[in-house]
Amino acid sequence: MDGFFANVDWPEIARASRDTLLMLGGSMALTVGFGIPLGVLLYLSGKGRLAANPVVNAVLSLVVNILRSVPFIILLIVMLPVTVLLVGTSLGVAGAIPPLVVGAAPFYARLVETALREVDKGVVEATQAMGGSTFQIVTRALLPEAMPGILAGATVTAIALVSYTAMAGVVGAGGLGDLAIRFGYQRFQTDVMVVTVVLLLLLVQLLQMLGDRLVAAVSHR
Amino acid sequence: MIRLEGVTRRFRSAAGERVALDAVDLTVEAGQVFGVVGRSGAGKSTLIRTINLLERPDAGTVTVDGREMTALAPAELRAARRRIGMIFQHFNLLNAKTVAENVAFPLRLEGRPAAEVDRRVADLLEQLGLSEHGKKHPAQLSGGQKQRVGIARALACEPGVLLCDEATSALDPETTDEILSLLDQLNRDLKLTIVLITHQMEVVRRVCDRVAVLKDGRVVEQGATADVFLHPRHAATRAMLAEGEEGFETADVPPGGRLAKLTFRGGSTYEPELSRVARSVGVDYSILSGRISRIRGEPYGQLVVAFTGGDAEAAVAQLTARGVAVEDVGGTV
Repeated sequence: MDGFFANVDWPEIARASRDTLLMLGGSMALTVGFGIPLGVLLYLSGKGRLAANPVVNAVLSLVVNILRSVPFIILLIVMLPVTVLLVGTSLGVAGAIPPLVVGAAPFYARLVETALREVDKGVVEATQAMGGSTFQIVTRALLPEAMPGILAGATVTAIALVSYTAMAGVVGAGGLGDLAIRFGYQRFQTDVMVVTVVLLLLLVQLLQMLGDRLVAAVSHR
Repeated sequence: MIRLEGVTRRFRSAAGERVALDAVDLTVEAGQVFGVVGRSGAGKSTLIRTINLLERPDAGTVTVDGREMTALAPAELRAARRRIGMIFQHFNLLNAKTVAENVAFPLRLEGRPAAEVDRRVADLLEQLGLSEHGKKHPAQLSGGQKQRVGIARALACEPGVLLCDEATSALDPETTDEILSLLDQLNRDLKLTIVLITHQMEVVRRVCDRVAVLKDGRVVEQGATADVFLHPRHAATRAMLAEGEEGFETADVPPGGRLAKLTFRGGSTYEPELSRVARSVGVDYSILSGRISRIRGEPYGQLVVAFTGGDAEAAVAQLTARGVAVEDVGGTV
């Protein structure tokens, strides 16, 4: 065993795991925070919806599409000045979070929009007929009804973020993915590669399981 | 209670402009059950949605309970909508909420205190026989139970008007009957004014005091249900009434017979008027088609008969004198 894991620096693995979890936690919270309102706006401004507005919808849609079409590694570099402005540094965990959020929030917003579209129009109409305001319709009817889809979308987004964090090593953010690339791949340290990939796999499995459970808990169809 | 004046609604699409409602005038008195019938695409759904302004008319005014809905500011409109209950073909319940939460929903939207909401919800669930289902989710209920939840929710804010959008169209005949009885009871007990749209003539026959027939966005005929159903004047009404009815073949009519459609209403329905008249004038008759039923509880009978071998004119005169409406249908054969 010692022979195979000779290259593995366990304290280093622990630090990388912590960094990955910090990046994931921080960026996921902000992604949800920005993604849900953005998704709601995309939905509401859409054709035939409560606040239909073709101009707002087209602009939001274009911004989302631009951000989604830029490869993450390029976004990471392009974002550098903005990142410095926002968090004071472009390095480390803090430096990785802004580009992670900018990369993931538009993606999540689309998933939120799709989940909202799945809600029966009749529910919106019934809430309107009961005298609900647009704000009430969104917060009391649409979001609760779309919750299974919103949580399933959050699971997919969180797992996508895990793989994005690997690339964040470019700005010195650290993390398990970074370790896998620098030691496992570039220095041919297969044991490091195996350990990091197994840990990432465990993380993904855990996220998927947690997500599935949450979705099941709020599904009443 | 409800007055629509010159209500017009157009829909624009790539295919061009379509007039869904064309200068519709309607008045529904307080306490009435008012039916609107028409085929799909006639504009029924649009019509009922203009009453609570889910569809805003392009022209015309809508007045409910003395308030001109079409002139209200957004906040006033929301307040006015709370006094108008609405139920739907597909129930439109919130799947994520329990039955009790669904019924509480309009009260919570209005911001009523929690204790009051709980009390009102418990009352409504009991009134509608749903007490044991309060903690279930809609997906666990049958169609009839879901519509009961819809009705409980619609009644939560004590509305004066209930709008029913094809409320029984997704239900089986037995459940339809149950829901119609419930609507009838609510109309009598709570003096609730009910407007319902449907394509099922049977629904109108059972519960409606008055009916309007809608065709291509226009009201082509309206009046008391019995009058419209027994003596339809417009071709669209006749066509809808004729559906599912057995007609008679001209070949079956005895030669030399004089055809007449007889309509008995109220108490005379069960009197042996026809045989009395036949005996006294010495005429024979064959019944070609007929129906004995009730319209909104009032019994009626409608027969198409062929008089033969006697003085048919005298028979018609005597029947008319006895209060039976006689209409010519195609003269002699």
